[in-house]
Amino acid sequence: MTTIEMKEYPTEPLKCWEQAKNLRKNYYEDYLHAHEKGGLRWAGGAWSFSAIPAGLGEDVYCITGEPYGATVAFFKDFASKCHDATEAAGFPRTLCAYMRNYWGSILLDKYILTDGTVVDGYPAPDFIWQDHICCSHGKWYQLVKWLEKKRGKEVPMHCIDVSVGYPSDFSPEEDYKVNYIVEQLNDGINWLEKVTGRKYNDALLCDAVWNEMKATSLWAEVCALNQAIPAPLDEKSMYSLYVMGTLMKHRPECVAFYETLREEVKDRVKRGIAAVSTERFRVITDTQPPWGFLKIFREMEKYGAVSVGSLYTFGLIGMWQYQPDGTWTPKLMPPKKPQTRDEALQSIVRWTLHKPEWAHFYEPELKTKMMESIVKQWKVNAVLLHYNRGCEGLSVHIAENRHGLMQAGIPVFPFEGNMGDERDFDLAGTMARLNAFFESMGLKKLKE
Amino acid sequence: MITAGVDVGAKFAKVVILKDGQILARAKALVGFDVLKSASDVFETALKDAGLSRGDIQRVVATGMGRNAVLQKPPINADEVVSEVVADAAGAYQVVPTVKTVIDVGAEEGRGIKVEGGKVKDFVINERCAAGAGTFVEAMARALEVKVEDMGPFSLKSTNTIPMNAQCCVFAESEVVSLIHSKISKEDIAKAIHDAIAGRISSMVLRVGVEKDVVLIGGCALNPGFLPPLEKELHTSIIVLEFPEFVSALGAAVIAANPSR
Repeated sequence: MTTIEMKEYPTEPLKCWEQAKNLRKNYYEDYLHAHEKGGLRWAGGAWSFSAIPAGLGEDVYCITGEPYGATVAFFKDFASKCHDATEAAGFPRTLCAYMRNYWGSILLDKYILTDGTVVDGYPAPDFIWQDHICCSHGKWYQLVKWLEKKRGKEVPMHCIDVSVGYPSDFSPEEDYKVNYIVEQLNDGINWLEKVTGRKYNDALLCDAVWNEMKATSLWAEVCALNQAIPAPLDEKSMYSLYVMGTLMKHRPECVAFYETLREEVKDRVKRGIAAVSTERFRVITDTQPPWGFLKIFREMEKYGAVSVGSLYTFGLIGMWQYQPDGTWTPKLMPPKKPQTRDEALQSIVRWTLHKPEWAHFYEPELKTKMMESIVKQWKVNAVLLHYNRGCEGLSVHIAENRHGLMQAGIPVFPFEGNMGDERDFDLAGTMARLNAFFESMGLKKLKE
Repeated sequence: MITAGVDVGAKFAKVVILKDGQILARAKALVGFDVLKSASDVFETALKDAGLSRGDIQRVVATGMGRNAVLQKPPINADEVVSEVVADAAGAYQVVPTVKTVIDVGAEEGRGIKVEGGKVKDFVINERCAAGAGTFVEAMARALEVKVEDMGPFSLKSTNTIPMNAQCCVFAESEVVSLIHSKISKEDIAKAIHDAIAGRISSMVLRVGVEKDVVLIGGCALNPGFLPPLEKELHTSIIVLEFPEFVSALGAAVIAANPSR
């Protein structure tokens, strides 16, 4: 059995925690009250090109579907009602759990806030702005449109097809792939003007695109700081931080928050402040966690194990690139801010298509390679793979990733669950297997 | 050094007392509602058989799903608990030092463990269904109105292959009833049941890979009808130990003897 060095690191709470909580709270409340302020509401996925609707004005508020589905999942009683509502409406429980939570909320005509307050009357969007990243995202908002129509509201919808593959880098001969999406965005801007009756502002678009690039680069910088031992952040806390990028990556508030966070995390690294004081074993996870059962992270801590992140936490929002020496680093910002609509659209498409999470859909080997890079650079001892029944998109190929990691000599612990439907998660069984895994890694519980 | 391993399983509690690597006593009994009492009774039996008292045992390690019930609780006062996976690997390695794969099929769970030098390299556990555990055979024996200990010998009399759903214990029982109504012989149904459980266990074990020597442990290893289909599914010979249901308790006793492992 491995000899365990019983070193304790200093730890302290994050100073910007309240700021994060308030940003998220305000986001959902702003969407709810947008009409009272004369503003517009739109709905779409967290992967959508959210900088584009920003050109309609400063008073345009969105609700991104996946984070809302995750919020519902966290409040199990409400999630259960949402599941009942979607299943009663004839939708199978094998569909995307976020999508079902979202539909359930509409079907119940109730909207949940970040503190668990359930508000009567689901606030319908004025338009839907979505992209088709997976089969569920392709249908998600078609159904939202249909559900809203049944409630008496016609919601116009525009979707972007992004199925051009994952680029290691775009060579000039691949420009047609970028242009294919840019043309759809150009069409989308015309469509936005038509359905909202507003004149489009290119300066706001350029600001939003620049904000998004900054925010997503900053988040990668924050994640890179977690290579330090002890890790200044644990993944459970990171979930509450990366989420800003899934809600408002194009907003100046998001940039400002990530700048504050980066400086605080830098300071923690400098002072040796740990997220988990007993850190002696580092893991990463994969895909969305079972949101209703984040206590599995606390179970890990009993062994002195800390999850320092995941490809999901790092790469859903963060932008990364491989350096010539093979290291995986935050993607560098372009030298200058776009000044025209075309520059802005070209920039944001090229930038967004580098999102590491695209790799899930196209190349399992590339995802395995990225995970191996994280294991090496973040000094990780083992990988916990969530075979997530709630998300076909991010779970696809996950068994191949397991094989790839094991062939590379990395210990892997797979567990089954569902990010948004607690019925697919066996807490006691998972805890028992997790204990067995840590024991097999030579760890003993430090506390009960 | 005298140590004891206590395996508080889903159905039986097993105790092994070990002195310098030699087994002094082993005992087992059904686990009742009062888990601590059941385990304590078995422990007392083992002590009596070995001619020892609790004070003679230097360390006790517990394993099995009920292991926490005896941790630092008198009269057993287990010093430590370990998972079944770790205990299985240690126990199988103690008896077969060349073991690379351990298959443990107990009443409640099935496990496949990849082992190297007695240490766990990888493992997989039947996660969601009794169709991969001993409970399945018991339930099917009830449906067939056959004693559970007769299921294995019954199945060995059959040479026919009848496909059967092994995905769900409950629905499989309905399927057995359908086969009975179709006038399929009990021997053939018993074989279908063993083929099904072997198929489920083998597909699970293949996830960690099968490398010789392969050792089968747990209560199901006592069932002679289970081994042939499992060997067929895994395309390998499998070693069945003399007291397969005690291997986990043995492993716990071995671990107890090596506290600084």
